[in-house]
Amino acid sequence: MISITNIAKGFSDKPVIEGVSAEFETGKCNLIIGASGSGKTVLMKCLVGLITPDAGEIIYDGENFSLMNAEAKKIMRRKIGMLFQGSALFDSKTVEQNIMFPLDMFSHDTRAEKQKRVDKVLDRVNLNGAHKKFPAEISGGMKKRVGIARSIVLNPQYLFCDEPNSGLDPQTSLVIDKLIREITTEYNITTVINTHDMNSVMEIGDRILYMYQGKKEWEGNSKEIIFSKNEKLNNFIFASDFLKDAKDMRMLEVSGKIDGNRNMDQLLNG
Amino acid sequence: MNIFTRFGEFFLMLKGMFSKPENWRMYWKELMHQCVELGIGSLGIVSIVAVFIGAVSTLQTSYQFLSPIIPRSVIAIIVRDTVILEFAPTITCVVLAGVVGSKISSELGNMRVSEQIDALEIMGINTKAYLILPKIIAALITIPMLVVLAMGLGIWGGRFIGEVTGILPHEIFDRGLVEAFVPYNVKFALIKAYTFAFIITAIPAYYGYNVKGGALEIGRASTTAVVTSCIIILLADYVLAAILL
Repeated sequence: MISITNIAKGFSDKPVIEGVSAEFETGKCNLIIGASGSGKTVLMKCLVGLITPDAGEIIYDGENFSLMNAEAKKIMRRKIGMLFQGSALFDSKTVEQNIMFPLDMFSHDTRAEKQKRVDKVLDRVNLNGAHKKFPAEISGGMKKRVGIARSIVLNPQYLFCDEPNSGLDPQTSLVIDKLIREITTEYNITTVINTHDMNSVMEIGDRILYMYQGKKEWEGNSKEIIFSKNEKLNNFIFASDFLKDAKDMRMLEVSGKIDGNRNMDQLLNG
Repeated sequence: MNIFTRFGEFFLMLKGMFSKPENWRMYWKELMHQCVELGIGSLGIVSIVAVFIGAVSTLQTSYQFLSPIIPRSVIAIIVRDTVILEFAPTITCVVLAGVVGSKISSELGNMRVSEQIDALEIMGINTKAYLILPKIIAALITIPMLVVLAMGLGIWGGRFIGEVTGILPHEIFDRGLVEAFVPYNVKFALIKAYTFAFIITAIPAYYGYNVKGGALEIGRASTTAVVTSCIIILLADYVLAAILL
């Protein structure tokens, strides 16, 4: 579990996040959602130590990350995997070399053992046969999957995903979401995801933290979000009329007032 | 950002490079890779520049010393000393500041913008030590070698063009080469080479590593890195000459 208390960060005297406290549970997909500029990415960068917060505490399973020195943070980071928005694969290395890199750097396994591990994670993300391809030769969805494979190759305890679905079509987004969900459960890791994607919110949002102008505005899960009366949250999640209608249908369906199978007809026919 | 802040950041970057490597073998591999990239990769341009500089030196010196009272072997002496003292270390390194400097700056800038540096940090790797230090060490190993090569090729270029054009037969050139030779000049050239090697890797690395923004900023950082490196090379050239000669 990761718990954060009163995290604050500002740039040039302008506060970007203010007094954010939350708990991210182990074995669950913890989502941070919010509009662009709401401070999600800064919060995530604070969590992994790429940015030092101005105030607040970050505790990883009882270990205070905020108080660690640089060397201790380096060691702590080896328990962390991160999927970046643009995948951040090393351009000059093949898919296989990208995934092998953390193993080469930190593992004392034999070459054969490392190769077996690489094959296993590539198989896990359904990328068999892509070993020798360079990042420029694969699609955006494949890059994300290579990014996931690289971030889990050292068996991390914590997985951070910064907008894993950005730039992907809805179907590929679902595949990535499913993969993240499966990996989180399978390896029992604490996963924190920054996202704008409402499909992800509904599909994998075990815990959801909604950020608004640098502050925590709402916290709950994917079921509670439907019934939330928080106006800012509703305006963000159900931005279009279509989604507002879908929400109303879902509420009626959950409360048993309508037949779920007729939802689509009602939506289409008004 | 004022100049003092830049200096501060630069020295902090240098300080940050020195930490125990996470894996010696990987650092060694990276060092060897950089030696090939910076050293072997620059062989062609250094050779071409050196040969032509030597050739032009012979032509211009003979043009200026066209007098029956000056022995023609003096041309060889002048070519030798200018090539060793100035052309081989300074011109080679100014050219390398463009070739190597822009490469280092844009490579690191691209890694910064595409979050590859952040990805390495997240893995628990000291990115300054892993990405910058091997480049500086590789330059300190290979650039003095390239300068020595440039000295040889520059003198050979002068000798060759003297022979081909008939300005200076090679027997006279060879005689001039060993006349009044001061071995200290080679030592001085190597001191310059080490100094310039550091400048043409550390400064572009600083600009590339600290890029903020996108493609435009990467280009801007490369240009600034090359211009700054060239100016500092010329400044260092003057200071070293004033102190050591």
